[in-house]
Amino acid sequence: MERRIGMEASIAMAEAVGLCDADVVSAYPITPQTHIVEHLSELVANGELDANFVPVESEHSAMSVCCGSSAAGARTYTATSSQGLALMHEILFIAPALRLPIVMAVANRSLSGPISIWNDHSDIMAERDIGWIQVFVENAQEAIDLTIWSFRIAEDKRVSLPTIVNFDGFILSHMIEPVLMPDREQVQDFLPPFEPLQRLDIDNPVSMGPVGIPDVYTEAKYVQHKLLTDAYGPIVETFGELEKHFGRKYRPVETYRADDADVLLLTMGALGETAMTAVDERRKRGQKVGLIKLRLFRPFPYKDLLNAIGDKPVLGVMDRAVSFGGPVGPVASEVKAALFSARKHPLVPEFIVGLGGRDTSIADFHSIFDDLFEAAERDTTPDPRFVGLRE
Amino acid sequence: MATTFSPISVFAARLMPKEQRFVSGHRACQGCAEALAVRMVHSILGRNTIVASATGCMEIISSSYPDTAWTVPWIHVAFENAAAVASGVEAGLSILMKKGKIPQRKIQVVGMGGDGGTADIGLQSLSGAMERGHDMIYICYDNEAYMNTGIQRSSSTPYGASTTTSPAGSLSIGQHTWKKNIPMIMAGHKIPYVATASPSYPFDLAQKVKKAAKVKGPAYLHIYACCPTGWRMKPDMAVQIGRLAVETGVFPLYEIEQGVLRITHKTPELRPLKEYTKHQGRFRHLDDATLEEIERRVLDEYRKLERREGLAL
Amino acid sequence: MKYQNPKPKWSELETGTAILTPGSARATHTGEWRSSRPVWNDEHCVQCGVCVIFCPEGCIAFQADGYPKADLDYCKGCGICVQECPTTSIAMQDEEE
Repeated sequence: MERRIGMEASIAMAEAVGLCDADVVSAYPITPQTHIVEHLSELVANGELDANFVPVESEHSAMSVCCGSSAAGARTYTATSSQGLALMHEILFIAPALRLPIVMAVANRSLSGPISIWNDHSDIMAERDIGWIQVFVENAQEAIDLTIWSFRIAEDKRVSLPTIVNFDGFILSHMIEPVLMPDREQVQDFLPPFEPLQRLDIDNPVSMGPVGIPDVYTEAKYVQHKLLTDAYGPIVETFGELEKHFGRKYRPVETYRADDADVLLLTMGALGETAMTAVDERRKRGQKVGLIKLRLFRPFPYKDLLNAIGDKPVLGVMDRAVSFGGPVGPVASEVKAALFSARKHPLVPEFIVGLGGRDTSIADFHSIFDDLFEAAERDTTPDPRFVGLRE
Repeated sequence: MATTFSPISVFAARLMPKEQRFVSGHRACQGCAEALAVRMVHSILGRNTIVASATGCMEIISSSYPDTAWTVPWIHVAFENAAAVASGVEAGLSILMKKGKIPQRKIQVVGMGGDGGTADIGLQSLSGAMERGHDMIYICYDNEAYMNTGIQRSSSTPYGASTTTSPAGSLSIGQHTWKKNIPMIMAGHKIPYVATASPSYPFDLAQKVKKAAKVKGPAYLHIYACCPTGWRMKPDMAVQIGRLAVETGVFPLYEIEQGVLRITHKTPELRPLKEYTKHQGRFRHLDDATLEEIERRVLDEYRKLERREGLAL
Repeated sequence: MKYQNPKPKWSELETGTAILTPGSARATHTGEWRSSRPVWNDEHCVQCGVCVIFCPEGCIAFQADGYPKADLDYCKGCGICVQECPTTSIAMQDEEE
């Protein structure tokens, strides 16, 4: 039976990992990820989770330990943020290449410098091409559900790829929200025991991670691309399973009041909650604005996104990171790439918001909606705007 | 023309395990004593072993797809993290055994790397793995430079050696820093077993490998691994040079068991350093004054080691 | 033993590009690198096996007659066996001869 309780999102996520009966958790503390791993080490210390908690000396080693334990056949979890994710960078590419279904939470945070412990998406936008499945959640319930789901999809034999659950640092990780916490039996029904495709087994010795000579490297990379792209099917299927077991529906691309909208705004992560409030206010004024929330970031859900956009004339994209000297907004650049092949595509104004913990208020959303309507009226795309920038 | 002779190594080949875990067909250079050491170590450790290798010579020469020289499970993830990967394998196996998901049995997890992967880029992850107390062995195969990338200096390169990034020149003697003492750094972690070993002393090496495997908790082995290519010497000298390294005091063989040091191959009268350096092109440029300076330092270090014998470190 | 194709199609690659055949390196005959080979004089050989121990290739083994020989498929001709042999029973011989 589910319990309805108030719980901090980080604790809820850690509880979910406990319900999944992870075998190994290896992590290094970094704000704002700490509450997850503190709680997990408590669960282990109190015997509520029968796991090896490996408190490593760096995130680089955290991911390395995860590779080792996952290759040994253990269900493996870690969590990090910001500089920690950046320090893992090198090893992040290797886990999917070795088909190691590690699950990781990233409490999204800005990158130095200047050093900032606060929330944006700079950390994960620097890791777009690592070959992991990546989802974004926007509240504590989603954090629970998609953590449990992550083990299921990562370990799905058709997939066997590591998976990241992105959740915004502080503005979600430290929020106390009411959640429905499933019980162990429910989770066990949904999540079968981990059966690795292959593991380091003395009775069946394999060499994992050999030198990829030029004759195999291209094929190896194609396999990775195909696996991640083809994971879309199992992702949608297991979202369906998740709904069957827990009654909550998830889609690769979520929409809010988008069907009849005149202008659309795309967000990713916890800002979606504020965005919905702003949309409701605008609707009360009789202005038809709608929202697209990108839940699945990798594999990128091209078709769902194009369907959600339909033939709307304007799609604002909110970015929480900067691609310096390049396309400015990394998400916008991906969205535009997705739209490029469409027969007709909307104007795509870009908005850089909420960098390094800068608050994104309802008023900010309204100023963005104003821009969108203006763009529609003039039929021109404004330059990318750093929202709230003092000039 | 055997310049030195170690009777212990004679007439006992049949005592060494025959089964190869690191097989012929590996692509190490002619006379590679590192490959020799790896082969010896894994013949001794046997079948129930899982290896996590750092990037480096031994990784590339043993795993060029689709060829593997390994007959035990082996994993390579990256350069600086072999100890962390090995600790992860150990953490995974131990919990799976505890939970009854895999059969309960002794499986020896071994992390391995070269001197660069151990003393330089991998030192942090090694320190972490040792400090956390994982039941594993970490082995450094020390060929005293980055041989895989073309003989660049590491912190384990000896004073005076000419490498491609510490070249001897009109203003330089070559490497101008003293070799970092990794075994003593490991001993500082208060792990149950630390030892130096050399494939030139196979039975000493075998005993240490067995002890390292037997001990509960982390064990560290620092194995001398002559690289004829990088040291610019004749490959047929690779085993002899290892004996000269011990007999000149350059690479003393000792073990630190539960904190107590014991020199396992005693050399009361050290041979002149020149007997060691003269065979190696990397030292050929050194003048007598520099060689004497090195010799004094080697002797000093050796006497310090002798004074520490039997004392709890 | 099933050896993996060195030029596989993408669909033929094993999971995670792993190598599934233990010791598949045996298919690589490193003996081709050799310019000279060790030759044993069995009259002097005392079958001590020092050459067996010190071969970096692990390619020297005792034969049925009790005397050690190198497997020339793998012997790279380093000459360590010659240097280490306590009875000087091994000599290197150029491959051209």
